Amino acid sequence: MITLNTCRIITLGMAIAAAGTSLVNAAPLGLPAVPIPADNPQSDAKIALGDRLYHEERFSADGKVSCATCHAEEKAFTDHRAVSKGHNGLLGTRNAPTVINAAYMETQFWDGREPDLEGQSKQPPINPVEGGLPDHVAFVNIFRNDASYVKTFKQVFGVDKKEITIDHFAKAIASFERTIIAGDSPFDHYQFGGDKSAMSEAAVRGLAVYVGQGRCVSCHIIEQNQALFTDNRFHNIGVGFKNIQGRVGEIAKDFLKAKNKGVDVDVTVLSDPDASELGRFAVSEDINKIGAFKTPSLRNIELTPPYMHDGSQKTLADMVNFYNNGGRVNPDDPLSPFLSGGIRPLNLSDQQKKDLVAFLKALTSPSIAAKVTSTKIID
Amino acid sequence: MNRKNHFNRREFLKRGSALIAAGWLPLSLVEVAFGKTQAESFTFAYISDSHLTHIKGNNFVRNWDRGLTRAIAEANLLTPRPDFILYGGDIAQLGTPEEIDHGLDLLGALRGDVHYVMGEHDYYLDLGEHWRKRIGPDHYSFDHKGVHFVVLNSILTHDDWIHKKWDSPMHRMKEMARLDNPQGSPFLVGDPQREWLRKDLEKISKDTPLVVVSHSPLQKIYKGWNFWTDDAEQIQAMLKPFDKVTVLYGHVHQIQYNQIDNISFHSVMATAWPWPYPSTFAQEASYMPKLTVEINRADPFFERDGTGWQFINMHTGDVDVHDALPDNRNRVVAFDEKKGHPVDARYQAEANRIPPMKHF
Repeated sequence: MITLNTCRIITLGMAIAAAGTSLVNAAPLGLPAVPIPADNPQSDAKIALGDRLYHEERFSADGKVSCATCHAEEKAFTDHRAVSKGHNGLLGTRNAPTVINAAYMETQFWDGREPDLEGQSKQPPINPVEGGLPDHVAFVNIFRNDASYVKTFKQVFGVDKKEITIDHFAKAIASFERTIIAGDSPFDHYQFGGDKSAMSEAAVRGLAVYVGQGRCVSCHIIEQNQALFTDNRFHNIGVGFKNIQGRVGEIAKDFLKAKNKGVDVDVTVLSDPDASELGRFAVSEDINKIGAFKTPSLRNIELTPPYMHDGSQKTLADMVNFYNNGGRVNPDDPLSPFLSGGIRPLNLSDQQKKDLVAFLKALTSPSIAAKVTSTKIID
Repeated sequence: MNRKNHFNRREFLKRGSALIAAGWLPLSLVEVAFGKTQAESFTFAYISDSHLTHIKGNNFVRNWDRGLTRAIAEANLLTPRPDFILYGGDIAQLGTPEEIDHGLDLLGALRGDVHYVMGEHDYYLDLGEHWRKRIGPDHYSFDHKGVHFVVLNSILTHDDWIHKKWDSPMHRMKEMARLDNPQGSPFLVGDPQREWLRKDLEKISKDTPLVVVSHSPLQKIYKGWNFWTDDAEQIQAMLKPFDKVTVLYGHVHQIQYNQIDNISFHSVMATAWPWPYPSTFAQEASYMPKLTVEINRADPFFERDGTGWQFINMHTGDVDVHDALPDNRNRVVAFDEKKGHPVDARYQAEANRIPPMKHF
C-alpha cells in the first residue's frame, strides 16, 4: 500500500511541478489521482492560460473582480467573508467554497447546479451580484480585442480570434483549478503515511470522536487509502433554517413558478436570500432536498473561515457546537423539519469538542498554509 | 343514492386524464398535470406508522417525532394542495393517551382534512377508546369525486384473546406489539364490521371505483409478523364484484404491491423505521407478492432512510403511488393499464433493480 501511494505522489507531483503553478510542492498523500475529463486534457500552456484568466479582473463590470477575488490563494482560495462580495460591492448569499481539491467534487457550487469546474467557471462573470457582465458574448468580446490573449488562445486551442468562445475560457480555468490540490496534512501522514507521531494526542483523540460519537465520518468520508472528506451528497443540516422558518412553502412555490417562467437558477439563488435557502431543491425540485447543501471537504478547514453555506459559523468551535446541538446554534432553537436523518444531538463533552477541533486542524496542508497570510474574517 | 356516486367507471375513463407517471412528480409538474382536469383526477397524501413513543413528561423518542414532523412539512409543500390526507394508523407505539395526543398535536400542522385509520399500536391498550374519543369512528366510508372510499379497522382479533387474563392492559398491548410472538393473535376485520361493509357496498354501483383503506394488509403475506389479516379472503370476495378496487395499507413499513384479480394492493411507508422483507427472515411460509420490487438496504446512519410518506394520484379509478423517501431515491408504483397491475416506474425490469438487503 505504501508503495502504491508513493507511486501516486511521484506521478502527480511531477505533473504539478511541470505545470509550473504555485503548488509545485503539493504532494497529494491521502488523495486519489485528479480526474481529468477526456475532452479537456491538461497541458502546461492551458494551465498557464487558466492561471492568467483566474486572476483577470476584466471578468467583472467594474474591472475589479476576478476569480481570485473570492478564491484568493493567500486566503486558502476563499475570501474569508460570510458571503462573497462582487462588482461594485454587491453581496451574494453564499460563502465562497475553497477551490482547493474542488477538482474531486462530483458537482460544483453549494447546490451542485453545475456538474464540473468548466460549467462552474462560466457562471460568476455574468452573475449580477458577482462579475455583473451582461452575457457571455460581451464577456468574450473583451478578450477578442486583446492581442495578447488572442495569441495565447491560438497557441492553446488552435482557434482564431473569432472562434474563441466561453468554453475555451472555461476549459483553461478548469485546467488550472485541477492543479490546486492539497493533501499531505498531518492527518495524511498519520493515517496513510504510517507516521503515528504526525498528529498531536488531542488530534488522535479527536479522530476517534470524528469516526465515533461525533458521527462526522458518515458524510465527510475517510476511505481505506484516501480521504476526500465528502460524500458528494446533499444534506439539510439545519443551517439557515431560521431565516425561512414558516415561509418555506411560499418560497418554494414562488421559486418554482419563477423557474418555470425561465429565470436563471444561478442568478436567483445568489441574489435572493430566501431562494438561496432552498438549497438542492432549487436544482432538483425534489421536496426531500429542501435546504440541503453539498457536503464540503474538510481539508484545510482551519484556513477557510467562516463556515457553512451562508458563512454563519465563525470558528471551528462554533461549528462543532452547531452539530453537537443537533443542527442548531442553541440547544433551545427550533429544528428544521427538513433536517437530515443523519443530524442529531451528539452529547459531546467539552474535552471531546476540543479534541475534534484539534483533529480538524490536523487537516491543514503545509503547501496551502505556507501561502496564507491571515485567517481573519472580513466583516 | 348520493349524486356523486353517479360518476361511474366509464365516465371516469372518459373524463380522467391519462397521466403517465415516470418519476416523482415535482411540484411544478403537478400543477401542469392537474390544471385542466381538477374535477376528474385528484391527489391525496398518505402518512402512516409514526409510532410516537412517550418517554416521560414532555419527552418523546426524538427519531420517531422527526419522521412524522418531516413528512408533515413535506406534505404541506404539495402544490396544488392534495384533496385530503390519509393517516394510516399506528400514531402511537403503546397506545397511551400521551402518545395519541402528541401525534394529533403534530398532525395539527398538516394543511388539509385528515382521515384516520386505526393501527394495533393505537388500539390494544384501551381497545381504541382514547383514539375514538379524539378522532371518531374507526370504520367509515366517504365519497370523493366519484370514488368510494372505505376505511376499515383491520387490526381487531378474537375476543377470547382480547379478554384473556392479562396482568394489565399494557401487558396486552406489548404482546400485540411483538413480532414472532407465539402468544400473539392474528388480525381480523371480524363479523360485525364485515356485515357493515356488506351493507355499505350495497349502495354502490359496481362500476364505481373503490378504494379500501386498512392498517394491516387485506391479503396474507407473513403470519409471523402479522403482515396478515385472517379474514382477508372474505373481504376480497366482497370486493370482487366491483370493476376497479384499490386496497391501501400501512403496518408493513416497506414498499409492497400486488394484484389479486380485480384488486390492486399498495402498502405505504412508515415515517418511523423500515422493516426488512419477511422473505429474508422467513421462519414460516412467506407470501411476498411476486410483483413487488423490494427497496434497497437503508443506511442506518441516516435515520430517515427507509422511511417515507406518499403522494397518491388518483385517475381513471387507479392510483399512482409516489413514495417520498428521504436519503434514498423516490419511487413511483403506478397501475399499468396494459398489464393490468401496478408496476414500479423505474425498477420493475430485473436489470434495473438495486439489490435489496438479503440478510441481516
